[in-house]
Amino acid sequence: MLSTASSAGREAYRDLEKRARVIRRHIVNMIAEAGSGHPGGSLSAVEILTTLYFGVMKIDPKVPDDPERDRFILSKGHAAPALYATLAERGYFAVETLSSLRRLGSPLQGHPDMRKVPGVEMSTGSLGQGLSVGVGMALGARLDHRYYRVYVLLGDGECQEGQIWEAAMAAGHYQLNNLVAIVDRNGLQIDGSTETVMTLSPLAQKWRAFGWNVVEVDGHSFSELFQALDSVAYAHKPTAIIARTVKGKGVTFMEGAVDWHGKAPDRKQREKALEELGE
Amino acid sequence: MSTKQPTKEATRDGYGRALVDLGHRDHRVVVLDADLSKSTKTALFADAYPERFFNLGIAEANMIGVAAGLACTGKIVYASTFAIFATQRVLNQIFQSVAYTGLNVKICATHAGITVGEDGATHQALDDIALMRAMPGMKVVVPADAEEAYRATLAVAQYDGPVYLRLGRLATSVITSDEEPFTIGRAKIMRPGRDITLAACGFMVEQSLRAAVKLAEEGIEAEVINVSTIKPLDTETLVQSAARTGVVVTVEEHSVIGGLGGAVAEALASHHPVPVHRVGVPDLFGQSGDAADLLTHYGLTPENICDTVRQILTDGKERTK
Repeated sequence: MLSTASSAGREAYRDLEKRARVIRRHIVNMIAEAGSGHPGGSLSAVEILTTLYFGVMKIDPKVPDDPERDRFILSKGHAAPALYATLAERGYFAVETLSSLRRLGSPLQGHPDMRKVPGVEMSTGSLGQGLSVGVGMALGARLDHRYYRVYVLLGDGECQEGQIWEAAMAAGHYQLNNLVAIVDRNGLQIDGSTETVMTLSPLAQKWRAFGWNVVEVDGHSFSELFQALDSVAYAHKPTAIIARTVKGKGVTFMEGAVDWHGKAPDRKQREKALEELGE
Repeated sequence: MSTKQPTKEATRDGYGRALVDLGHRDHRVVVLDADLSKSTKTALFADAYPERFFNLGIAEANMIGVAAGLACTGKIVYASTFAIFATQRVLNQIFQSVAYTGLNVKICATHAGITVGEDGATHQALDDIALMRAMPGMKVVVPADAEEAYRATLAVAQYDGPVYLRLGRLATSVITSDEEPFTIGRAKIMRPGRDITLAACGFMVEQSLRAAVKLAEEGIEAEVINVSTIKPLDTETLVQSAARTGVVVTVEEHSVIGGLGGAVAEALASHHPVPVHRVGVPDLFGQSGDAADLLTHYGLTPENICDTVRQILTDGKERTK
């Protein structure tokens, strides 16, 4: 865990902030060039992905199939641009590939395909399936006496899928303390706010009732994310991190705006977004 | 037909036995069930290798995802429940997490077809072959008897990728030989004949053989083919038979839409067009009843097959007059 008290810690946080900014710029550019995609839920997940890939996960992009590696599953597969940008920045593939998003023949499908992109652990897109896969990987680790962790990023709207709770029940039953679910709690889904479409609250209590260790954090705060992920090591059950986020974070006209769930910025909007994000 | 004394056993029994042997041979084998382990026979594996068996409760969608996750870690995963739940209920989970990924998951579905019996329509999978066959990358295997189910269960472990294995509840005669290796994608001529081809799968291979015996008494020589892999289909064997007999009847315990009949009709239409007639469950829901009564009600008895054959051959003769 990084400490804000030391200057080294402060330096590390500044590095993560810079990476997050670069990833956000990629997201805006990729979706603008593709002419379609999901900026809102990609931008809300950037600090979560940055923390995992640049601070927490035991991974080596040069050995993407190392059996001891930590695993990450993007269950909310529509945030693919955020994952692709993170993987490219982490060194899994060339940054230049990012501009091929959603084009015919590109490895960067509209939703992640594990057979096409190094570092993508599971193909996702149809919501609700990633946590079950995470349960399977966590059980596999246990069978093989390996100590890697499995991280699954869920959308909050995605938690309306019944399969999520089937998986939550199984993870609680098997006390999978090597499994971490992170809920990108941006509060919005396509048709409006999560609470008007289909109430999720009290979300933390729901996870607790299924036998999970639950931590609620500001999903844009590196220090809070690190602290929450650190608590996993001491849990005897699976951990759910409910990360409060802002949909479209970093681009003011996209922030908290439901319309930016699945819409590409035009040329002017792209310029404005990049200007706001800065170099 | 085997020269052994005919014994009766369900294909699910052959599956259960095979899992235990497989578990001993290969430590990568992991078995999942959704609260039906006594019926699907995965309980035999659970007793032998409890640490590699996971009962995921009445939550089939999660079971498919867990199967995919375990396969990601290098396991050979067998996931079982009744066919109706193993296909229809989790179609999108299979599509995305198993077929699209090409992961090493064997969906082994028992209680397929009308012979489920008394539980009725809600538990009778009559379209599962059609659903699984339409899934890119999915192999579809339908063993004819318990012996073939045993060998097929072992054989699919050797193939790295998704397979749908269709198994039945009903104890039926053992008609295949345990000496023949099972090869995915290979159909087998069980009885040669020159007048008509009966292409059957599952329990209906036995029914077709019985029909062929009756027809032979009337001077009609029916060729009976056990099409134990629906996908990939053994087009070569089917085309050669169709070329000899000139007419094909498909026989299956499945809807006449999209199953073996659909597969054979598609293949022959492209490679060797001959008339194809389909014996199967009409485009209807099932219902409760004794398995034998249901087979009669839906027209799946040897006598029904004989009637279809006689009709086809009579019509054919009239046309050529």
